[in-house]
Amino acid sequence: MATSESITLQVDGKTLTAQPGQMLIEVTDQAGLSVPRFCYHKHLSVAANCRMCLVEVKGAPKPLPACATPCADGMEVATQSDLAREAQQGTMEFLLINHPLDCPICDQGGECELQDVAMGYGGDVSRYTERKRVVQDEDIGSLIATDMTRCIHCTRCVRFGSEIAGLRELGATGRGEHMRIGTYIAQSVASELSGNVIDLCPVGALTSKPYRYTARSWELTQAETIAPHDGVGSSLYLHLRRNQIMRAVPKENPDCHQTWISDRDRFAYTGINHPDRLKQPMIRENGKLRVASWPEALQQAADLMQATQPERLGLLASPNATLEELYLGQQLMTGLGSRNIDHRLRQVDFRDESATPPWLGCRFAELEQNDITLLIGSWLRKDQPLLNHRVHQSVRAGGQVIAVNPVAYDHNYPVALDLVVSPAHMVQQLAGIAQALGASTTGITVTATTEHQQAAAQLRAASRGSIILGTAAQMHPDYALLRRLAAQIAAAADLTWGQVGFGSNDLGAWIAGATPGYSAENKSAAGQNAVQMQQGECDTLVLLGLEPEADVADPQQTAQALTRAGVVALSAYRSPLLEQTADVILPIGVATETSGSFINLQGDVQSFIGATPPPGEARPGWKVLRVLGNTLKLNGFEYLDSTSIRDEALQHHTAPLPDNRLHPGAETLQPVADATGWQRIGGVPIYATDAIVRRAAPLQATPDAWDDTVRLHPNMLAEHQIADGATVRLTQGECSSVLTACADARVPDGCVWYPAGLPNGAQLGASFANNVRLELA
Amino acid sequence: MNTVINYLRSLFLFELLRGLSLTARYMWRKPFTLEYPEEKAPVSPRFRGLHALRRYPNGEERCIACKLCEAVCPALAITIEAEPRDDGSRRTTRYDIDLFKCIYCGFCEESCPVDAIVETRVYEYHFEQRGEQIMTKQKLLEIGDQYEQQIAADRQAQAAVR
Repeated sequence: MATSESITLQVDGKTLTAQPGQMLIEVTDQAGLSVPRFCYHKHLSVAANCRMCLVEVKGAPKPLPACATPCADGMEVATQSDLAREAQQGTMEFLLINHPLDCPICDQGGECELQDVAMGYGGDVSRYTERKRVVQDEDIGSLIATDMTRCIHCTRCVRFGSEIAGLRELGATGRGEHMRIGTYIAQSVASELSGNVIDLCPVGALTSKPYRYTARSWELTQAETIAPHDGVGSSLYLHLRRNQIMRAVPKENPDCHQTWISDRDRFAYTGINHPDRLKQPMIRENGKLRVASWPEALQQAADLMQATQPERLGLLASPNATLEELYLGQQLMTGLGSRNIDHRLRQVDFRDESATPPWLGCRFAELEQNDITLLIGSWLRKDQPLLNHRVHQSVRAGGQVIAVNPVAYDHNYPVALDLVVSPAHMVQQLAGIAQALGASTTGITVTATTEHQQAAAQLRAASRGSIILGTAAQMHPDYALLRRLAAQIAAAADLTWGQVGFGSNDLGAWIAGATPGYSAENKSAAGQNAVQMQQGECDTLVLLGLEPEADVADPQQTAQALTRAGVVALSAYRSPLLEQTADVILPIGVATETSGSFINLQGDVQSFIGATPPPGEARPGWKVLRVLGNTLKLNGFEYLDSTSIRDEALQHHTAPLPDNRLHPGAETLQPVADATGWQRIGGVPIYATDAIVRRAAPLQATPDAWDDTVRLHPNMLAEHQIADGATVRLTQGECSSVLTACADARVPDGCVWYPAGLPNGAQLGASFANNVRLELA
Repeated sequence: MNTVINYLRSLFLFELLRGLSLTARYMWRKPFTLEYPEEKAPVSPRFRGLHALRRYPNGEERCIACKLCEAVCPALAITIEAEPRDDGSRRTTRYDIDLFKCIYCGFCEESCPVDAIVETRVYEYHFEQRGEQIMTKQKLLEIGDQYEQQIAADRQAQAAVR
């Protein structure tokens, strides 16, 4: 539509309209006219260094690059004229001079922009007979394979590093023929978004290492799915060969993740077919697990559940389970007369049950427009890489970030005010900011310091902003207080606020009614929460899709609870604790093997269908739950497909987005976290968030994978005469684990940083705790 | 008149004698029949018989797992799996040709950028068990090793038109 501001131009005889300042290539792309290009990418800055997009513009003495030529009114452009074709062919010939033409052994062969453009715009015979240059490869980690001889210096990866990933890891050194792309110092690329350079690279210089040489693009079939590892819910294409997932690539979704996906979403598929996958139902007989048939196992599960008093029957569900599984789990419990169901497995503070739904509080894209972002207990960069990307863009546009964290997490943007305190003092910090803003401190007495005043001034000055409560806040023993204070600050400074949790379906679980406080229809009927269920008030526990030693707040408590109670486990992976304690194991498929839906943190319901069949006799979780419902002779378990379950689960969810006002309970809450002794700081490392990721070998070989180190400040190490790298014993109450000490200046004094979800952590208690001890082992 | 001539011809078995004269002519010629398997027919260097995987003179297998033969095969007879070898090079871990599916069109040989998969002159083979018709990488390489000289000579003879 031509508005008064728009301009018109002629391209190849077609009349096109454009906005002033738009580049020619944007307009031709919109009109579907093809202009060859290598360096131009719509989400990156314009470099105009490949010269492939040269077009003829009437009046210009030479062909002009379409990616760097702004549209002008009345411009006449020819993309296919003799002059343009000659220029494109000349550029192509120069680009191919140093390209090795090793397409038969190149993973990009068949999906290569250089191949395609050479076919369309290049000459048919090479005139070049001289020597080609060769570039030494560097090992840049377990995710990206390099063949830098193939590089055509488009610098997309370099611009991606500075503009999107926020880390200048790859760069160009040298000039002319000596120019090469590499890491400045020999090191592996550590960005949590690094895999995107594989998609960006128009040639085969940067390719996927786990996928290396295993398949060809033309053998693959494509299936759409939603990434099941974080609350963004990135759309993915799974590329399959003979019913096996060969790789995952992003599907563009401008509202959600644009074209970027995190490395976790890209490479987690490598953990799906791990030897730990459960392939057959199992039941415990005379103290030992044995393989059983489905009817036998389902009957045993039903008998166990029916023999339990309803109020002593509980269901612990993974927040990564699909909406359908969670809804059926909830229906199952309701049908048996129990309201003991919870998906908040890593949360310990359940005071103030009337809390708001777990969602971001705004659309993802709105984070980019923020003047201020307040992070509370959040390492957003590692927890939700793509939300952090949005915050990073807001900082690039002049926004500010304030953080109140238990660790000086490294962000990939400058943080205006980084308030790093021990976990026990986080509530005080927030209350100080609330005080300085003139908001209610919810009964906490505090004196605002200059830092608090400064933070308050920035929050008040911002015209729009967001508060994000992260995963470290959610695991904090005073989460209810942190949440109340965040809501008070948000109300006083007129900001949006949200909770960014662990699961891919936190909001879906809430909407499906997988919480004890409310069912889908009835938001008042209360049951036991995750902690109460594990503290001995349940005789039978149903586990839905979780690995009990790693997906919970307090592995020791869970181990005791499972040992005490009867356990029916619907699980995709075996784990030692499950094999010790489960009475019935029903193998289910992971998210790529089942149809279902996730609701992401901005409230989008995203459904997907299974890409591959589950292994062995494993079945999609919703089918298992449906038949379990039939075995229990419950009413209403007559679903024929997952869409009917989804429609039923969402029938009470009428608002497009949930309410984000906090309705705090009337009672005053007192902080429970205290600073006696050493405090343990928890959280969950980026590659320990769920069972699939924990088994993805390439991710576990990255620097972000947490080994067996316990981190503490170098001063603390010196004070207690513990050498960096020494073997130490971390003791927490009755339990202890042998770990390696590591000096880390990010950790505040008096604290040790050892997150949850790690193999050695299964012997420890809650990940935020005080009075922990560390001594040389 | 014609009736009389035709009558005389049939009376004296003229057609029969003419036919027998052909028999008599060939009776003294050298016979075409080969005493197979003692004798063999000549085979063209372009003959498309049993497949083989070749090696370079230094013993390195030629195949680089580009999978063009698998893609071009009209009968879907070829199955390839690949991964990086320990030295980082691209190699097949599985290279199967199902000879029941194969139609011996020679496209695989034509598509191969490194002359690894070839069809040899070998046409004498049989299978006794189901499953033997799958030519594995091992078998194909052995055939290649056995007939390398012949294969190389044939490719040389055809170099001008290949």
